[in-house]
Amino acid sequence: MSHPYQALIVERHKHPLHAGKPAHFDAQGQGANPICGDAVRVYLTRNGMDVHYEAEGCAIMNASADLMADAVAGKTPEQVERLRDDFEKLVTTGEENPALGELNALAGLAEYSSRIRCATLPWSALAEALHHV
Amino acid sequence: MSATLEAFDVAAIRENFPILKQQVHGKKLVFLDSAASAQKPRAVIDAMCHVMEAQYANVHRGLHYMSEKTSDAFEAVRDKVAGFINAASREEIIFTRNATESINLVAYTWGRTALKPGDVVAVSEMEHHANLVPWQMLRDAHGTELRIIKITDSGEIDFDSLEQVFADGKVKLLAITQMSNVLGTYTPVERLAKFAHERGAKILIDGCQAIVHRAIDVQAIDADFYAFSGHKLYGPTGIGVLYAKREILEDMPPFMGGGEMIASVSYEKTTFAKPPFRFEAGTPAIIETIGLGAAIDYVSAIGFEAIAAHERALTEHALATLGNLEGVNILGRAQDRGGVISFTMRGAHAHDVATLLDRQGIAVRAGHHCAEPLMGRLGVTSTARASFALYTTAEEIDALAHGLQRIRQIFA
Repeated sequence: MSHPYQALIVERHKHPLHAGKPAHFDAQGQGANPICGDAVRVYLTRNGMDVHYEAEGCAIMNASADLMADAVAGKTPEQVERLRDDFEKLVTTGEENPALGELNALAGLAEYSSRIRCATLPWSALAEALHHV
Repeated sequence: MSATLEAFDVAAIRENFPILKQQVHGKKLVFLDSAASAQKPRAVIDAMCHVMEAQYANVHRGLHYMSEKTSDAFEAVRDKVAGFINAASREEIIFTRNATESINLVAYTWGRTALKPGDVVAVSEMEHHANLVPWQMLRDAHGTELRIIKITDSGEIDFDSLEQVFADGKVKLLAITQMSNVLGTYTPVERLAKFAHERGAKILIDGCQAIVHRAIDVQAIDADFYAFSGHKLYGPTGIGVLYAKREILEDMPPFMGGGEMIASVSYEKTTFAKPPFRFEAGTPAIIETIGLGAAIDYVSAIGFEAIAAHERALTEHALATLGNLEGVNILGRAQDRGGVISFTMRGAHAHDVATLLDRQGIAVRAGHHCAEPLMGRLGVTSTARASFALYTTAEEIDALAHGLQRIRQIFA
């Protein structure tokens, strides 16, 4: 099983590429975990083709949100739904999936069932946002 | 190190705990989460296995050898617990599932009969949810009021706030922890009991954390109710204790109905057994109770003087070592505190800290520690917590400090 804190995770936590609230957006969704105080808000622009977010929480959630924004850029809602299913399978089983690209960096979480929700929280927020598009 | 510490052979103690030889992620296990639940000594494991292998039957009902023997062993633990906390009589010891159940028992029975709507239950800002939620449920079901006694910034009971909460004479119960599971603060329970009694209130003490580290004398404290769990005291899960003064128990209605708790039953009417059996419906946790007895024997043989001295030295070492780490903030600085240390780390979420420490074999807890309102008071959403037991070593605290330095390098 890979280490849950791959260099890519720490890098995206410290230097995110898609963090921040855009001036204009089409829809938003949010996720929160009161147990640890993690909170994330996802913003969609260009009819869901671009994703930005604001996150307050652990490195796993922050990095997961950033990698998610990368992975879903330009995808249709159906493709996003499939990615989300594949991603949930990845973090629960730990089995890497070539279709998931850099998201595979989070495979090591499968060893920490209590942390899986940190990684899936941005995806729930994204699903809510897509629902509003 | 003091003479007492030299006499306390932690290496020999660790030999008594088989699990401490385990490895985690290929590293030596450094278990710093004993405040959540402590590890079990061989004596407890063996006692429980012995019951199942050689001396087991249901208690209090069989007329055969095995039942008689098991009943004797079970009831001997009641005497042992009474002696351990210096209760005036064995009838004041009620076996429950854990301290949570003990407190709920008081809320459901005494709370609904001795308290009237409008009476006040007072708790402190540093209670575990187990000593908060039952009183909220009583408030909502029975019309009592719940008041919160503030803590100071150092994490101690604010006596000005205590005075204010009691000022109108409506407080009938002070329900308070003896040791915070987040801040490690010991509360002055003797003083609090005197304070409550002088104002016509009873006192319930959540002794879950304290009883592991200090000798408890419920008569010296003058506690009306005292609750604790077996599993934090190196005993098994599934067994807890409620102590209550005899005259209070006599007037309390039953908690749950069923076998064991009756004197006689007909379709028209059931009369209930005397305490403690009135409060122990159904087949009890026989094996776990006998395990608790073995745990009490184990800590009693070492003695709280030695345990407390060892843990005091550990706590001082930890406060000095962790307190010197760049970016680490220890919460609470009570004068009288024990080996429970909550901290936050600049730039790293508590859950990241806990997971990264785990990769190094170090087990700490992270989260709100079942004390969400206290987290709000401290201005944090979660903390990491290291807690010590009689088997903890100074080297393990050094390993924690080293682990935290490594995490700091990752997130710097």
